[in-house]
Formats: sequence, C-alpha cells, structure tokens
Amino acid sequence: MVSRVPFYTTIAVLILLGISLAITRHLQLGIPFWPGAQKQAWLIEARVDFVSMNQSVLASLNLPHNPPGFNIINELAASPGYGFAIIEHDGIRRGEWSKNLASGQQTLYYKVQLIPDATTASAPSDERPSPRSVIWSESESIAAQDILAQAQSKSSSPESLTRELLRLLRNPEPGQNTALLLTNHSVATALEKLLNQAGVPTRISVGLYLEDARRRQSLTPMVEVFTQNRWIVFDPQTGDQGLPDNLLLWQQGGDSLLDVMGGQNSRVSFSMIEQTLPRIELAQSQFAGQGLSWLGVHSLPIEEQSMFKLLFLLPLGAMVVVFMRIIIGLKTSGTFMPILIALAFLQTSLGLGLISFISIVALGLVIRTWLSRLNLLLVSRIATLVVLVVFLVSLLSLVGYQLGFSTGMTITFFPMIIIAWTIERMSILWEEEGPKEVMIQGGGSLVVAIFAYLIMQLPLMGHLTFNFPELNFVILAMIMLMGQYTGYKLSELRRFRAMLEQK
Amino acid sequence: MRWASPLKLHEAGILGMNCRNVDFIGRYNLRRFYPLVDDKLKTKLLAQEYGVATPALISVVRTQHEISHVEERLMQLNSFAIKPSRGSGGKGILVITGRRDEFFVKSSGVEMSLDDIKRHLTNTLAGLYSLRGNPDVAIIEDLIAFDNTFEGYSHEGVPDIRIIVFRGYPVMAMLRLATHCSDGKANLHQGAVGVGLDIATGRSLNAVQFAVPIQSHPDTGKPLIDLQIPDWKAMLLLASRCYEMSKLGYIGTDIVLDKSSGAQLLELNARPGLSIQVANGRGLLPRLRHIEKIRKPHPSAEERVDYVINTFSASGL
Repeated sequence: MVSRVPFYTTIAVLILLGISLAITRHLQLGIPFWPGAQKQAWLIEARVDFVSMNQSVLASLNLPHNPPGFNIINELAASPGYGFAIIEHDGIRRGEWSKNLASGQQTLYYKVQLIPDATTASAPSDERPSPRSVIWSESESIAAQDILAQAQSKSSSPESLTRELLRLLRNPEPGQNTALLLTNHSVATALEKLLNQAGVPTRISVGLYLEDARRRQSLTPMVEVFTQNRWIVFDPQTGDQGLPDNLLLWQQGGDSLLDVMGGQNSRVSFSMIEQTLPRIELAQSQFAGQGLSWLGVHSLPIEEQSMFKLLFLLPLGAMVVVFMRIIIGLKTSGTFMPILIALAFLQTSLGLGLISFISIVALGLVIRTWLSRLNLLLVSRIATLVVLVVFLVSLLSLVGYQLGFSTGMTITFFPMIIIAWTIERMSILWEEEGPKEVMIQGGGSLVVAIFAYLIMQLPLMGHLTFNFPELNFVILAMIMLMGQYTGYKLSELRRFRAMLEQK
Repeated sequence: MRWASPLKLHEAGILGMNCRNVDFIGRYNLRRFYPLVDDKLKTKLLAQEYGVATPALISVVRTQHEISHVEERLMQLNSFAIKPSRGSGGKGILVITGRRDEFFVKSSGVEMSLDDIKRHLTNTLAGLYSLRGNPDVAIIEDLIAFDNTFEGYSHEGVPDIRIIVFRGYPVMAMLRLATHCSDGKANLHQGAVGVGLDIATGRSLNAVQFAVPIQSHPDTGKPLIDLQIPDWKAMLLLASRCYEMSKLGYIGTDIVLDKSSGAQLLELNARPGLSIQVANGRGLLPRLRHIEKIRKPHPSAEERVDYVINTFSASGL
C-alpha cells in the first residue's frame, strides 16, 4: 500500500489554511460570513447658518476627532462656492470653509457617517496634559477654595473629587459658596475650573445625543477628567460618570465650536438619522489597505472584480461535477461541460437558459445529421457547426426579440464552441450508442448543470467565494479527497442489486 | 429491493468503478503503456513479438495510395476482416466471409464490390471509425473460423471470451455472445449475453442479459447452462502471457477460439468493465485482494495459471 500520510496531511493543511485565513480575515477586517449582514450606522449632518455682509468669509467648525465609542467611516462637506479644508492641530480637527465674497444668507453642510465601535470607547492617552491655570474673581476665589477644601476632605482620587464636587454643585439647596459660583458659571464650567485649580487636568467637551430622525438636536456640555491615563466623562447635568452609548463627543476640549469671520448671526444645528449599512461595504471602506485585505479582490477595478465573481464560482461548480460523477455516478457528456452550461444559466436565468440550450442543441443535432452525410473531416465539421450555432443563436435572439422577449438576447451567453462540441459529441453518441444513451448523457449533463447552477446562484455561495477566495482551498481539498474515494457510486447500488438478489 | 446496501455489496466482494480506477487501474497500469493497448496494430505486432497467438496479419494500409496496392492481394483472398486500428466500440469492422464471382460477401450476406471495400478503407484512413475522428490505419487480417462449440450461440457477431488478468493471474472470465438486441456487438450494456465461466474449468456458471439471469440464448434458444469451453487452460495461458507483453497490471483480454489454430488474442483493454461480475454472479474483489497479497509473483504464465486453478476453487474465492 502506498502511504496515504502525505496525502491526508496536504488535505488537512489545505482545509486548515482555508478556514483559518477566512476566520482571520473575518475577525481582522470585519467581512461578514453571511451576505446581507448589516450594521447600525449614524449619519449626522451639521448645518452652519450665518448672514454675510458682502465680505470675505472664513467659517471654522470643530469636527469630531477619533470620538470615543465611534468610528468615522465617511465624511463630506457640501457648500456651493466655498473652498473646504480639514485642518488638524493639537489633536483638534476643524473644518474650514472659505469664500472670497459672500452676501446674504449662507448655509454650509458637513456630513459625517459613524458606526458605533465599543473598542475605541476608552483608548488610553500617552501624554498627560497639564491642568489649565484658572482665574477667578476675588470673591469667587475664596468660595472656590472653600468648596475645594470641603470636597477634598471627603475624597481620595480625581474621580471621587469630581463626584464630590458634582454633589456639592448640584445640591438643590446650594450653600452660600456654591450659589456664588453658580451665579456666573454653569455647573460644567464651574466644575472644570475647580478641578483644574485642584491640579486635575479637566476639559469641557460637547456631546451630541444620537436619536434617530432627530432634527436640531442640541449639544450637551460634558466634563472630561483626565485620570489614570485616560479621559473620563462626567455629565454635569445628571452627575453620572461614564460615556453613554448614544453620546457622540463632537468636540473634545478646544476653544469654540464655531467661528465665523465675516458673518453674523451664525449658528450650527445638528440633525441625524440612523442607518443600517451592509457590513460588507463597511468592511471595504473601513479596512481598505489594512492587514490581510490585500488577499481580497476588492482592490481590483470593478470590471475585473465582476469577472472574479464568476471565476471564483468555478471551483464550486467543479466540485459539484466531481461529486455527481464519482459519488452519485451520473453520466455526463464532456467532463466539465455542465459547469459551463451552469455558468451560462447564471446569466440567463434557469428556465430561459434551459429552453434555449435544449432548442439550440436539438436544432444543432438535426443539422449535424445532414452534415454527417457530407462526410466532412473532423475539424471542418466542428468549424461548420460553430458557424451554424452562431447563426442559430442570432436567429433565436432575433425571433425572441421580435416576439417581445428582450431576454432572447441572453442566449449569447452560451459558449458557442462548447455548444458546437456538445452537438458533435451527442451526434456521435447517437450514431454509436443510440438515442437512449444520448438521453442518458444529455440528461445527466443537464441535471449536473442544474445542480451546479442551484448551488452557485445561492447568495451565500457567491458571497463566500468572492469575499473569502481562500475558502477555495477547502473546495480543492474536498475535490482531492473525492478523487481518492474508492467506495461504491450511488448508481452502482442499483446496478449490482440483482447480484445480491440472486443469492 | 430497489437499492443495494453498500455494506452488503462490499461483503459480496463487488468491485466498484471508483475502487477499480483508484486501486487497480491507477496503481497497476502505467499510462505510458496504454498506447500499446489502445492501438490494435501495435498490440498485434507486440503479440507476434512475444509469441502470443493473434489472427494473422495480411496487410496494413497506412496511406491512401497503398489502397491500390492491396487490391490484387484482396482479390486472391476468400475471407478476411478489415479493422480500424484505433476503432471504438466495434465500429468499422468489416468481415468478408466468402466470394461470389467478382463480389465479396459480408457476414450478413450482403454483397460488396471491390470499390465498396476501397471506399471502406478510405473512410477508415480518414478516421471515420476511430475515437474522436483521428486519422487511422486499416488492418487486414485473417478471418477467425469459430470453433464448432459455439455453433448457435452467437447471433451474427464473434463470440469472444473476456478474461481479466491481474498481475499476470487470470482472475475472472466470461463468454460474451452477441444477440439481435446488441446488433452483433459483444458489449453487455448493449444487450449481449454474458456467460460467467468457472476460472478453473471453463464451464459456464451463470448467464445474464441486461443483468437479468437467463437460461438460454434469446435468439437461438440454445441452453447456456452446460457450456464447456474447449482447451480452457491454453486460453488462460494466452491471457496470462498478455501481462508480460503489455506490462499492464490490470487488463481485460479478449480471446476468440479458432477452429484450426486455437485461442487467438483479439485485443486488450486497459479499462475492462465491471459487468463480468454480474455474469459470474460473484465479486472480483476477494480474488484481486488475494492476488495483491502475493509477495513473490510466479515468473511464468504456466505457474500463474496453475496457481489460479488450484487456489481459487479450493479457497472458495
């Protein structure tokens, strides 16, 4: 016996390689295993309105920059006549619109598409920012020191200090000191100043609560406290700690949300909708050029991609043929002719493809009987058939078109040469073995083609083979494995059944 | 019972197509020796070289202009057979059994003129009868005169004996009888009768047509039960010697019995069919596995045939 170890090792390696590559790419690039898998996404539109007085305009809007808990997958600015640029400086991103001369009501749009991503929620920051220096008025200064002393006596960490300060500031019956501070400050600004005074780096951020189909959503000020290498969010209104899932931090620190030079009455408003996006598109736009994405064919031009879409289905069809012939034992005319027919069916739809294929082959057989009387040599006989098949196909298309079936055109998807060969082979078979064998082999080919078509047209199969071409290794392994199958074919269970009955 | 259980088939030792292709043809038949078998002319020349009896070669027609050379030769002959060297499925075999004045008489009784025969030769050279229509060579050979034993057993065609030879050991045999239904051809799936033969004695075991057991020939009504092939051992020896000649481990040998010159090799088949099992009513696998286990195969055909005759029936294979 020949050792089977290298063979089965190869098979195992191929299967493992295919599956592990697919899983790696699924995890790394987020390509879904299931077609049509969708993911929630938010489309947020910031609209800037102002009135310009016949002068040059520079509008600058703070833009979200790596907002915790979200990934920006797409952004764009739409504003006719304005130049737009995104400027990044000190971890702050601003979108800048400029126009030489503008007059009247001006409207600028900035749209951003985000998907929730829990992994970015609390990314640690390497650099510890220094606390801002704080200036109070004289009376406030004393009150602030008093409050701080009161809070610090009850706290041990920046977080507990923040919580304690928030409790004092949000007390419904404020003490004298807090009441004094809150006359000129909001809770958020008072808290930010107090914490910075206590040496805790703190900044005011502006958050946007994401609610579906909300227009003119107002911004919510949040206080971010830097402790243990990360920013921790506090809601000064509720006193809650932590970032709510549906809160997008539009601005983190920085000076102002919107600056407009050369305009008046400027304001910014936000509207948003929730979208569900196909995960596959997200994966493509989000991870282009990363990790194992070079393995996919998405980097190719669309035209080549659609070719590969068909090409990657071929191994699947080949596997169906191998299975049908080795395990089931169906006879086909021409080993892989059924795959080519199945591929043609993919383009024409099954019913129409079947009708046109059978009619062309039947007509071809009639013509071929006449040809055989002419006693032509093989090559010229096949060539004659090819030409005649072209005529037949164009004739059928024309007739179909005149009858109002625009789908008549789809017949042209059938590979002419293959059809000519099929006709030739069927005709020889007819002469040698009789019409019964033609029916058996022709029917077998069609059954295999239909099976291959039914499997190849499954959206899941198209999706898997196209997005995970490495899964073809698994198919390859299956085909090789079937090539070593020495058991009975299904058809042999019938063929030899009489022998068992005799005993 | 519409379907047989694969376990029971395996128990009965029946060889399936996949197993035959992978375990026997794939393992024991080297690709490069195939042409010797697929080309009747090469087989014939090789057989002559190895002293394996085949119908005597009268002439070979390779090119169109050679046809005129054989004309005179043919006119002197009473009976002969013309075969395409790489014909498929028995196509293009022209059997002339006698003469009537200027005309040649076919086995079916139809008369043919010399021009008809020349046209047949031209068609053969052009590849009309060959596999895939490739240009071919025509062989003109002596006609086999059937042994009297087969009188009434075959309709039109030649009754031939198919013996499967594995590593030089004849493992299973059957007699193939053409019927009206098979159109004079000896292929079982076309309706020829298969008579399984006891490999040790050459006596008939079982007869089937279309996998259904039958008792007598469907056309002539001759009983198929007590049939004894004469000179059986010589036939086994002839089959066994084909192993050295072809160097193929797993072959089907087609042998005919000539009235005067005895067993003659007609052709070899590198992919012999499986229906011999149906005709014999038993599976090939136990015998093949038994032969496969032989560490030192017997060097001479005589020893191998003796081994088969003594071992198979004794060990109930």
